[in-house]
Amino acid sequence: MTDPAFLALTALLLPAVSFLVLAIVGPLRRHGHAAAYLSIVLSAAALVAAVAAWRVSAAGGFSERLWSWIPAEAGPLAVLGVLADGDSTLMLILVALVSFLVQVYSLGYLSDETLPSLGRYYTYQSLFAFSMMGLVLAPNFVQLFICWELVGLCSYLLIGYWYTRPEAARAAVKAFWITRAGDTGMLVGIVLLWYQTGTFDFLQLLQLADAGLIPLEGLGVITFCIYLGAAGKSAQFPFHVWLPDAMEGPTPVSALIHAATMVTAGVYLLTRMVWLFRLTPDVMEIVAWNGAFTALLAAVLACVQTDIKRVLAYSTVSQLGYMMAAIGAGFASAGFLHLLTHGIFKALLFLGAGAVIHASATNDIFQMGGLGRRMPQTTIVFVVGALSLAGIPFFGGFFSKEEILGATLAGGFPGVFAILLFAAFLTAFYMFRVIFIAFGGAPAPSHGGGESHVHDAPPFMAVPLWILALLAVGVGIFLPFVRWQAEFEAPHGITYAAITVAVLGIALAYLVYQRRVISADTLAAVLGPIRVAAQRRFWLDDLFAGIYRGIMLRFAWAVGWVDRYLVDGVLNVLSAWTLMAGDRLRRIQTGQPQDYVYGVALGVIALLVWMRWPR
Amino acid sequence: MGLGAYLTLAAALFAIGLFGVITRRNTIGILLGIELMLNAVNINLVAFARFNADVVGMIFTVFTICITVAEVALGLAITILIFRIRRTVVADHLDLLKG
Repeated sequence: MTDPAFLALTALLLPAVSFLVLAIVGPLRRHGHAAAYLSIVLSAAALVAAVAAWRVSAAGGFSERLWSWIPAEAGPLAVLGVLADGDSTLMLILVALVSFLVQVYSLGYLSDETLPSLGRYYTYQSLFAFSMMGLVLAPNFVQLFICWELVGLCSYLLIGYWYTRPEAARAAVKAFWITRAGDTGMLVGIVLLWYQTGTFDFLQLLQLADAGLIPLEGLGVITFCIYLGAAGKSAQFPFHVWLPDAMEGPTPVSALIHAATMVTAGVYLLTRMVWLFRLTPDVMEIVAWNGAFTALLAAVLACVQTDIKRVLAYSTVSQLGYMMAAIGAGFASAGFLHLLTHGIFKALLFLGAGAVIHASATNDIFQMGGLGRRMPQTTIVFVVGALSLAGIPFFGGFFSKEEILGATLAGGFPGVFAILLFAAFLTAFYMFRVIFIAFGGAPAPSHGGGESHVHDAPPFMAVPLWILALLAVGVGIFLPFVRWQAEFEAPHGITYAAITVAVLGIALAYLVYQRRVISADTLAAVLGPIRVAAQRRFWLDDLFAGIYRGIMLRFAWAVGWVDRYLVDGVLNVLSAWTLMAGDRLRRIQTGQPQDYVYGVALGVIALLVWMRWPR
Repeated sequence: MGLGAYLTLAAALFAIGLFGVITRRNTIGILLGIELMLNAVNINLVAFARFNADVVGMIFTVFTICITVAEVALGLAITILIFRIRRTVVADHLDLLKG
């Protein structure tokens, strides 16, 4: 029982069992609550197994369990299994933890749903937990890609959970297609890598890389292709457009898939593959600069959103940009650390936002107002999450964000550092903009009549919130003591710079939205063009819509025309000719026995003549 | 008499039978023509057996005669059935196989 691979495998298979049972046993699924309890119990067990796996693997090293899936004479073509080491089991805990808490939370959040659709929800949740754990534990690119697509499918299914709403259905399709675009690049990269090295296996690839046996020629293309897949999943520019729209799904889904786990899969992949990416410094530079650019772009966009979930979505995009920038700067452990802390506090923020939305029945922060007095518990946990995100000391995100800032400087990217520092200022600003507008101030007028129904979340929702809030604080306090393996010497002063910009951002938000010393309109007027551009989302969504409508739909129409008129046309002509020939030939069948006898006799004579003909 | 005479007789008989099959409009007549053609073949078989001193041809002829009997019985039965249903045995009117 001390084999981490065995424990990790247990954690992986428990949600699979839950999914299979719920998928096959219809009455159980339609019962709703039974499905929920089964899924929750098994995911709690998976969490225990994941923690156990981490504890026994924390000593270092790794352990594998492999099964050949497609056996062949010269070694199996495809292998499935688990690869448990320190990083993957830590990520496994995050997935299992957030998945478990979100499933508990959903019991409260989705209490108004019909029972069959609640069962459907938990079936998808189980499938997602299984797929994500399979991705985390993947020992080779084949399993990684399969699970990569499976989590994409779950994301599609859960974004479109309220599939009768056109926006949700549209957002689900958009998310699926845009991530697919990146995944196509990733598939090409994986196959090219296999072509160059002859293996999909991570450990074998690592050995080859250590021995310097991976051919460097063309490797840049391969790593770039793999980065495309990671960028699609992790919503890096220009693929980030799907993530804000994905907020059409239920809020717990956003917390689990679109904040804590699935969108970080790209970062996780790059963390795992960083030794491969180090061989191609050019691609690393692209990763770093694109990450920084994404962080800034999304932070600016988050400042003008009025939908609380969209603010958080852009904030997720921005934080993913931070992680990517750290990896691109060459210090994957900083990015991975931020992945873990971000997973906790962003899930907390999303679940808190869900509690607010559940109570006030609106997503618009300007229609909330004064929630602080009516939802004190939710306010506390939300502020904890916001402080973590802003990077205030003793809260979850502080240490990891400082680590990322240090990593970019140590990696020799002062430009990236400057961008990220400014984005950190914006981060603090937009988070506290939300807090001061939604939680502070006077109650919004639209709530004059319905004040009584705005209250704190029911226990099912409150308990996960408190657990996550305690974790966010605990991580912030204890992480500096169990110092992450510091790969670099960060220059002193970064800590002060990071704290200063965060405090400045909060102060600005306080002055503008709480004290109203600086009028929001004046601020908007000063930043006129940028604000307009940000409200139009820098026309990127329009660009994608234009590409979709202008090029892809036209192309589809042209292909349809060719199929309908050219391909089908040739076939129609051929079949018409066949019919005509058959109609003509039909007439020689007169039905008169004598005619047939004539035919036979003439045939015999012709045969005789032909056989006896002198040659 | 030589083999040629027998073969000539058989050929003549076959031609008469074929002529009957082609020209007759009555189904019974067509059946009679078919009988003639089959018997022409029998004559051929017997003649070859006799001149080659090989008894196999004769045995084969016995089989042919048996089968011919069966065929005639079947053919007449079908004709009678057709007559009962259609009230005619004229081949021109029986064109169900027309395409």
